[in-house]
Amino acid sequence: MKRALAWLASVLLVVLLISCGPGGRETVNLDGSTAMSGVMAALREAYRGRTGEVQINCSGSGSGAGVEGALSGTCDIGLSSRDLTAEEIARGAVGHVLALDGVAVVVHPDNPVRDLSRETLAALFTGDIPRWTQAGGEDRPVAVYGREAGSGTRTAFEAALGITDRCAYRNECCSSGDVVGGVASNPNAIGYVSLSALSDLVDALAVDGVPCTLETVRAGTYPLRRPFLLVTRGDPAGAAGDFLRFALSAEAEPYLARAGAAAPEEA
Amino acid sequence: MGRGSDRAARCLFFLCALTTAAALLLIAAYLILAGLPALREIGWKDFLLGKIWDSAHAEHPQFGILPLLLTSLYGTAGAVVLGVPLGVLTALFLSKAAPPKLAAVIRYLVRLLAGVPSVVCGLVGMTVLVPFLRERLDLPAGDGLLAAVLVLAVMLLPSVVEMSEDALAAVPRTYEEASLALGATEAETWFRVSLPAAGSGVAAAVALGAGRAVGEAVAVLMVAGNAANMPSLLGSVRFLTAGVALEMGYAAAGSLRQQALFSIALVLFLLVVLINILLYLARGRGARP
Repeated sequence: MKRALAWLASVLLVVLLISCGPGGRETVNLDGSTAMSGVMAALREAYRGRTGEVQINCSGSGSGAGVEGALSGTCDIGLSSRDLTAEEIARGAVGHVLALDGVAVVVHPDNPVRDLSRETLAALFTGDIPRWTQAGGEDRPVAVYGREAGSGTRTAFEAALGITDRCAYRNECCSSGDVVGGVASNPNAIGYVSLSALSDLVDALAVDGVPCTLETVRAGTYPLRRPFLLVTRGDPAGAAGDFLRFALSAEAEPYLARAGAAAPEEA
Repeated sequence: MGRGSDRAARCLFFLCALTTAAALLLIAAYLILAGLPALREIGWKDFLLGKIWDSAHAEHPQFGILPLLLTSLYGTAGAVVLGVPLGVLTALFLSKAAPPKLAAVIRYLVRLLAGVPSVVCGLVGMTVLVPFLRERLDLPAGDGLLAAVLVLAVMLLPSVVEMSEDALAAVPRTYEEASLALGATEAETWFRVSLPAAGSGVAAAVALGAGRAVGEAVAVLMVAGNAANMPSLLGSVRFLTAGVALEMGYAAAGSLRQQALFSIALVLFLLVVLINILLYLARGRGARP
């Protein structure tokens, strides 16, 4: 009896394992920017509601890895939260603008500073301004929170302020959530995160008098903005192509907005 | 039939043992193969002694791991200096001085502490210790070497306590009785007789704790700040483990940057091997006939 049960269990296990494989369902594999994870989750949900047959896997290993994955074929669509480099384009990467994202500059809610110019921001992040008094704040030291080298958010932020590779980071965090957590727990902190990753725990500053919102990002008045790109090599076929067309269509726009990203203006 | 199944069982055991050994050899071989190209390209001297780690710089990436290496060494040493005396004295208390019931409770708690996942240690460090250090020491941010050392010291406590206690329990009762009979007090006996007699076991506990500390990634990632500065006690620092974990996702396959991360992993592996050799020596020296 016991032996029979054991056999039955093993057979069931094998059947289960087999059924977990690709089977008859088509899969689309996405990989790349962690900043895009919120937006992609919303799109995935919407797409699943539309067609039940396709399985969409999404992992976040960073913009660089995403573009690389799309080029080498380890994923169907790469996710990049920065512009493609000349080298990547030369190797055949094609970027489709899914949405525009603002890079929000965040501080602790107790910090009285509400607005900074781009010059002051650059000076704060490069360490030229070590205390908040010089930026209109209280007499506290400045702690610069940023992302690790290779992050799309970091690349876009530093490029927009013209301080590429010159930031004096106190803390390098490995996700947007870590930056929010770090800044929320430290009144000395200043950091940057994707607009779509913004939360009530921290306050977003206005830059040159323009607040970071969906409208200002879309209108192009907010200075720190960047594209969310879906990266492919050539024209993807099958389910990946179908997902790409859906993501870039007007149908996807409300989901983008709900996830905190602005759909690009019609070109 | 009996002999046949016996042979089959031996075969199975041998295969299991072989798999375990093969896993280690595979990891070692892979690390050496993957880690050497970058070492050769950068030059081992520039790699190990270079003071600037700036792997993603657009024009001039620099791959000097001295700040990371020193951070790992200082961090581990600091954790050992703080954690080992605390752990050894706890073990002494448990095996010699504590009433049996209290000892059982504390022993249970130590085992529980050993089971706390490192991400939880990191989380508590991040939400409690880091803000505390920032306020008390008036720092821009509390993350840094000191926070990492404190978290690591707590994390290596259980292995130090358990191993030292085993070693102390193995000290022959006659040694202690002889000491007491000669008129030494109990405390004198513990420190002058029991502890030296258990020396090799305690040394092994230190090495085991150091091994744990140098290989820890998640907890230090959460409290060290991770900027690749030359280490200072209150400054933001990056450990070797954190260096690999932070950047692996961003390094393009086959790039020098990815190869350099493998080289870091190789250095880390060699460090752990070195600590284990010390552990082996510590055990061997104390072996009595």
